[in-house]
Amino acid sequence: MKVAIIQFPGSNCDWDAEHAVNDVLGIPAKRIWHKSRLPTETEAVVVPGGFSFGDYLRCGAIARFSPIMSDLKEFAAKGGQVLGICNGFQILCEAGLLPGALLRNDCIEFRCVNQPLRVEDSNERFSRENLGPTLSLPIAHGEGNFRADDSVLSDLEANGQVLLRYDGNPNGSVNDIAGIRNPSGNVYGMMPHPERAVESHHPVQDGLSVLNAFFEPIQKTQSVELSPS
Amino acid sequence: MTAQVPSSLPPNPDPCLNVEITPELVAQHGLLPEEYENVLKILGREPNLTELGIFSVMWSEHCAYKNTRKLLRLFPTEKADKDSIGQVLVKAGDENAGVIDIGEGWGVAFKIESHNHPSAIEPFEGAATGVGGIVRDIFTMGARPILLTNSLRFGSLESSQVKRLFRGVVSGISHYGNCLGIPNMGGDVYFDDCYEGNPLVNALCAGILKHEEIQKGAATGVGNPVYYVGPGTGRDGLGGASFASRELTEESAEDRPAVQKGDPFMEKLLLEACLEMMAIPGLVVGIQDMGAAGLTCSTCETASRGNSGIEIDLDLVPQRETGMNSYEIMLSESQERMLVIVNRGRERELEEVFEKWDLHAARIGEVKEGDRMVVRQKGVVVADLPAKSLTDEAPVYDQPTKEPVHIAEAREWTVDSVADLKSYEVGEALGKLLAHPTIASKRWVWQQYDHMVLSGCTVKPGSDAGVVKLSIAGIDKWLAIANDCNNRFCYLDPYKGAQIAFAECMRNLACSGARALAVTDNLNFANPNKPEAYHMLKECVKGLADACSFFDVPVVGGNVSLYNEHGDGAIDPTPVVSMVGLIDDANQVTRSFIAQAGESVLLLGGLPHELGGSYYLQTQFGKKEGRVPEIDLAAEKKVQDFLLAQISNNSVLAAHDVSEGGLLVALAEMLFGEADLGLSVAFDYRGNAGRLDSLFFGESQGRVLISVSAQNEAIILQAAQEAGLAAQALGSTDDSARFKISVEGDEVIDTTVSSLRETWSQAIPNYMK
Repeated sequence: MKVAIIQFPGSNCDWDAEHAVNDVLGIPAKRIWHKSRLPTETEAVVVPGGFSFGDYLRCGAIARFSPIMSDLKEFAAKGGQVLGICNGFQILCEAGLLPGALLRNDCIEFRCVNQPLRVEDSNERFSRENLGPTLSLPIAHGEGNFRADDSVLSDLEANGQVLLRYDGNPNGSVNDIAGIRNPSGNVYGMMPHPERAVESHHPVQDGLSVLNAFFEPIQKTQSVELSPS
Repeated sequence: MTAQVPSSLPPNPDPCLNVEITPELVAQHGLLPEEYENVLKILGREPNLTELGIFSVMWSEHCAYKNTRKLLRLFPTEKADKDSIGQVLVKAGDENAGVIDIGEGWGVAFKIESHNHPSAIEPFEGAATGVGGIVRDIFTMGARPILLTNSLRFGSLESSQVKRLFRGVVSGISHYGNCLGIPNMGGDVYFDDCYEGNPLVNALCAGILKHEEIQKGAATGVGNPVYYVGPGTGRDGLGGASFASRELTEESAEDRPAVQKGDPFMEKLLLEACLEMMAIPGLVVGIQDMGAAGLTCSTCETASRGNSGIEIDLDLVPQRETGMNSYEIMLSESQERMLVIVNRGRERELEEVFEKWDLHAARIGEVKEGDRMVVRQKGVVVADLPAKSLTDEAPVYDQPTKEPVHIAEAREWTVDSVADLKSYEVGEALGKLLAHPTIASKRWVWQQYDHMVLSGCTVKPGSDAGVVKLSIAGIDKWLAIANDCNNRFCYLDPYKGAQIAFAECMRNLACSGARALAVTDNLNFANPNKPEAYHMLKECVKGLADACSFFDVPVVGGNVSLYNEHGDGAIDPTPVVSMVGLIDDANQVTRSFIAQAGESVLLLGGLPHELGGSYYLQTQFGKKEGRVPEIDLAAEKKVQDFLLAQISNNSVLAAHDVSEGGLLVALAEMLFGEADLGLSVAFDYRGNAGRLDSLFFGESQGRVLISVSAQNEAIILQAAQEAGLAAQALGSTDDSARFKISVEGDEVIDTTVSSLRETWSQAIPNYMK
């Protein structure tokens, strides 16, 4: 096992993430229950989407108190690679591993569509050169409206921490922000679902390049091709 | 052996339950005097109030199908061809849901269920708990739920009340299903005045399981413990099953306590915990959802199926309100609860799973010898009934029937009663149809549903059928799902209307490249005590049963919802047909949208020529009338077999059935995919008796549009001729982005595809702004 997929009560993209990483990318991945310890051999962590603790109180607000979170914070502090997708992004924000917050979509409704995105030159892995200037990825959320106060926002922009922006903003996010990273470049969060866009039957396959970019540090020797299914 | 039967029960610990059972009280419980006589005979004494409540819900239409049980026997419940795929593993009515074989040791459990009455009162909670209930029926079988769909019916969107219902229902479904993480593949939505005040909310769930994982809802093994799992019981949903078995009235809003409150997070925990528990070999003996009639239904049904007695103690039932009496606990429809019977001595294994998921698992009783269902509270027996009498001895009625006058009128109708269109009026008529909410894009609905979770979504909502890859089972197969029922046809000719619902559903699967395996149906009808309503129910069931037998596609389960009436109106007969089909090969997954210019568009089945019952008569004249188009099952089979054969040759690039709105609507819809295409069609024929309206907007059955490569056109037309199937090339797609139709050289439409797309895609959002 190299990649831990954290499973909270109410997570519902945990299987999808495990399938994409393990079966499609071929990186050994396993779901880890939130009451467990993070296995010592963990090289990267995915915090998957869903409705952890039913989104009660606020999305991600209860999950941040789960037993596994202290291990996760330590893992991130030591430079471990962490990716939060959708509800996972919300959890990382609530836990203080990423700045900002995700509020109710400005359209009030849940949105599930293939979303066009613009790629930012954030770092070597998340760059236009590596991912292409635009992507299309599924979104599926009711609370993806990214907000941060002005100083946080200007830091995010100045440090190039914005990874992806919506082309046609579906939720009211400030500066069209769809995904960000921390300053040291080991903690990533995004509302779009790259794990739903990796196989030939999926509506798009742009998730492959995004996941490959994230896993590059633990996966330097292996390149991933689209599976023939 | 039979336990001793008490001659009378001690007083209930709650004094307010110790009342005399008067004829008024019996009537309030929805039991007829002769039904009460039967209760007295079964018990050999007067029931107490708790027992009366138990009989009332178990003998309600919702639980006992007393007005439809005889009719439902007409449905084939097994495949006649024992060698084909899709054999029935669990038959309709035997368990919480039917199960069919899909090969390689895998099965699919699926079922549709209505939540019409609750949704009329509380659209959000009513629809949400409808999803919750059907999902429990599926995972109770041991299956991992893999998709949801819905059949929804509303009144006209001109009404602000209808908008409120529509918005509430869609967001309730979205809220519950999205949280569970089960992809919702859409379904169908119709708008018709007959559903004003009485919307239909039918929810379907399908799940996948290995044959050996099928669970039973039977309490067996004397001494085995009975567990209650899930959140505590409250007073919500009291008597919901009997509420759903009455007509809606102005006073129905006062029945609000009969609408349940859903918590999808609890359901998600329950789902995962139950699947984890059922994966432990040999642990679970029986499992049953506490849905309609809650604890009452689950205890007496499991005992009845297991030919056992069962005894439970209400003091051990987790409760979230204080001071609940036996009547309330037994009749509560609090959501997200299950009854589980495990093998004695292995209790800890169950308890550990539920501790992990932070859910209650309370041992509330055990399986007993004999046939009694005994309920105790505070040390007192509060109910003591023969379990089988509740499930098997419910009254069965065959109501009188009378053909409504409008059906004879529809038969006599001829097209001469309406004036034909002038050629310059065709474009406007097409626009009106594309803007009708039944025909218009339902993107406003399905973009609120997470249809991509579980990574299987292959054909998203909006095509003829939803298609999911069975990735979660690790198998390279695809499941296709479609729902259909055009109420207009069922109203005008119930027998043919139901056959059309079946044929169209199967055709939608064929257009997606799928072979139909089995049906689940939701019979939504009016008050069965009215002879006209019962006539339409009976004819619909006969029509549907005959179509199922003809195609050897069995019914593996479903639901009946009667008393769908409100104020002075009743709904049209609405036998919703849902079908699952299987696709073995990625190349055979087919969509209804054309992707490229230069493709030839062919019509299979011949040009349409029947206008009766059409949506055109609605949008043009506001009429629901006419002779329903002929439905020839043999011709239908020929079209579908040919279509599937061409799809398996990889010759078909897109396929779409011609249904509501007719030929021009279907042609336009094929252009509403992601590509910006144009299409020109030059008809050299003015239609039957020169009628443009029947040609362009008639809804003749057994018609399919396909697009094929230009070089394949002649080969396919030749193959159709050899198969004895009418087929013709209509035109081809181009880069013009224009929609051009001409007849015998006269141009009837020349417009941009984008303007048609705008009309079609914005109709519902404009209403819902």
